[in-house]
Amino acid sequence: SPGPGVRARSELSLSPQVSAAAGAFPKRVKVVEVGPRDGLQNEKTVVPTPVKISLINMLSETGLQVIEATSFVSPKWVPQMADHTEVMRGINKLPGISYPVLTPNLKGFQAAVAAGAKEVSIFGAASELFTKKNINCSIEESLERFDEVMTAARAASIPVRGYVSCVLGCPYEGKISPAKVAEVSKKMYAMGCYEISLGDTIGVGTPGSMREMLTAVMKEVPVGALAVHCHDTYGQALANILVALQMGVNVVDASVAGLGGCPYAQGASGNVATEDLVYMLNGLGIHTGVDLQKLMDAGTFICNALNRRTNSKVSQANCRL
Amino acid sequence: QESKTSGLPEYVKIVEVGPRDGLQNEKVIVPTDIKIELINRLSKTGLPAIEVTSFVSSKWVPQMSDHKEVMRGIERYPGVQYPVLTPNLQGFHSAVAAGATEVSVFGAASESFSKMNINCSIEESIDKFQEVVKAARNMNIPVRGYVSCVLGCPYEGNITPVKVAEVSKRLYSMGCYEISLGDTIGVGTPGSMKRMLEAVMKEIPLNALAVHCHDTYGQALANILTAVQMGVAVVDSSVAGLGGCPYAKGATGNVATEDVIYMLNGLGINTGVNLYAVMEAGNFICTALNRKTNSKVAQASFNIESVN
Repeated sequence: SPGPGVRARSELSLSPQVSAAAGAFPKRVKVVEVGPRDGLQNEKTVVPTPVKISLINMLSETGLQVIEATSFVSPKWVPQMADHTEVMRGINKLPGISYPVLTPNLKGFQAAVAAGAKEVSIFGAASELFTKKNINCSIEESLERFDEVMTAARAASIPVRGYVSCVLGCPYEGKISPAKVAEVSKKMYAMGCYEISLGDTIGVGTPGSMREMLTAVMKEVPVGALAVHCHDTYGQALANILVALQMGVNVVDASVAGLGGCPYAQGASGNVATEDLVYMLNGLGIHTGVDLQKLMDAGTFICNALNRRTNSKVSQANCRL
Repeated sequence: QESKTSGLPEYVKIVEVGPRDGLQNEKVIVPTDIKIELINRLSKTGLPAIEVTSFVSSKWVPQMSDHKEVMRGIERYPGVQYPVLTPNLQGFHSAVAAGATEVSVFGAASESFSKMNINCSIEESIDKFQEVVKAARNMNIPVRGYVSCVLGCPYEGNITPVKVAEVSKRLYSMGCYEISLGDTIGVGTPGSMKRMLEAVMKEIPLNALAVHCHDTYGQALANILTAVQMGVAVVDSSVAGLGGCPYAKGATGNVATEDVIYMLNGLGINTGVNLYAVMEAGNFICTALNRKTNSKVAQASFNIESVN
């Protein structure tokens, strides 16, 4: 990333970061659709299997290249994902589209592969307290557990995506140091994850903290292997994503219709809406390959099924014009 | 300090338009005393400018029919500006008689929008404003100029940056001290915002520019960030995101002041505004309007508290 210089505010010219960034938006961005997993996982209403399958099939028609399909986690913990095997087996798998699934441990990995999964994801966190509260172990221990999954995945030639939670703040620890995020990201990348998705889990980040965090992480992980996963709980998601793009990140996670609330702030929103993201990327002339109308249709479908209103402002506005 | 090394302004002036632009686009008619209470609460938050009301005919905008009473009824805090809209000379005189010390006029970058809204061409509307500005300057009353539809028009669609620059220049050279560039239907993106500002910045000094972004398509904060990165240091917003979009029923309009402040705080940019106090004012008016806030910061903050 360009070095900061001190510029007088009276200068009409843009700051060095911006003038470099102005021409430096990526030409293409890969949108990773997490609605069927991260989105639905955080919706109260349990969605019937056929509806999940229809949603994923509709999303497969939009031009999205990556659709996170489900999570091979114990139904005791996440009832919404109890039908993971049926969903994995039931969806139309279109050529050129990846359908990653979450695999929290070796057992989940094996079940996923048996059900036809060709890509998996594992979850780390940049916060010790968050890890302890969530999976009752330290960050180090959680990564050791994932080692098993990595070994098995390597043997089966299955790519693994790594998520890091709480990169811009933690519901328990508060502030999270960029150095810690960089450390965990580096470990997961070194373990063999092809991509690290940096998650602002409670949406507290701002363009300021996003820039600081990415600056630290980009010292350890190549920018081409980074993704951002922003939550819109404080309305900051698109601004945060904009900064990430300016710094060269070209993979962005989002959830159709903004599905998935925030488990740490009752009633507040969670994932950023894919429609709103695509609208912004279109406006920036950045290629995504995604058909916004078809995406909105998929959003309308799942919101009807969930009997809820969309969280996507683009969708809201379009319905009425 | 992040803002010092990054080329961002150190200070951004927030112009609070909730009591006027916000309420004007709310269906529920708000009683005068509630309007006054809202403005008084906003006066205590550190906001440097609060748009109070509009001296427009009550036939056109019933919500603003109590303009005189509101203007006379509010407490005027030292260091806080209380601009009002004055669409014509008659409105201007009425505003001054009621105690106004700053006024605003509205132009548009779209001929169709101008015709549909005030039934005259851009040129004709500018002639009308010229009268207001002349009268205002005679009385040493500053005038702020708004330009609507700078990133798109509900009737014409795309709007050229050159047209925006042209209209802005007209308003600035006639004597408006500041030009607020409004993305009236919220269709803009960081791409169109940048192109538009580049054109306008050729004609008008940066420190005379403000952005007035609508969040109808969820783009407002990204657009504001783009403007601020380009050096714009005045941002309009509406407490609780009051005010829907008259062109897309049920859709949102103004960006929420709370969400803007949250972002600017995170960027290390000073606003002088107490975010918590704004949230409380937002809570007050939403309760009075019997509606939920449009501010995500407020939603998240109040919900975390209730969970605790």
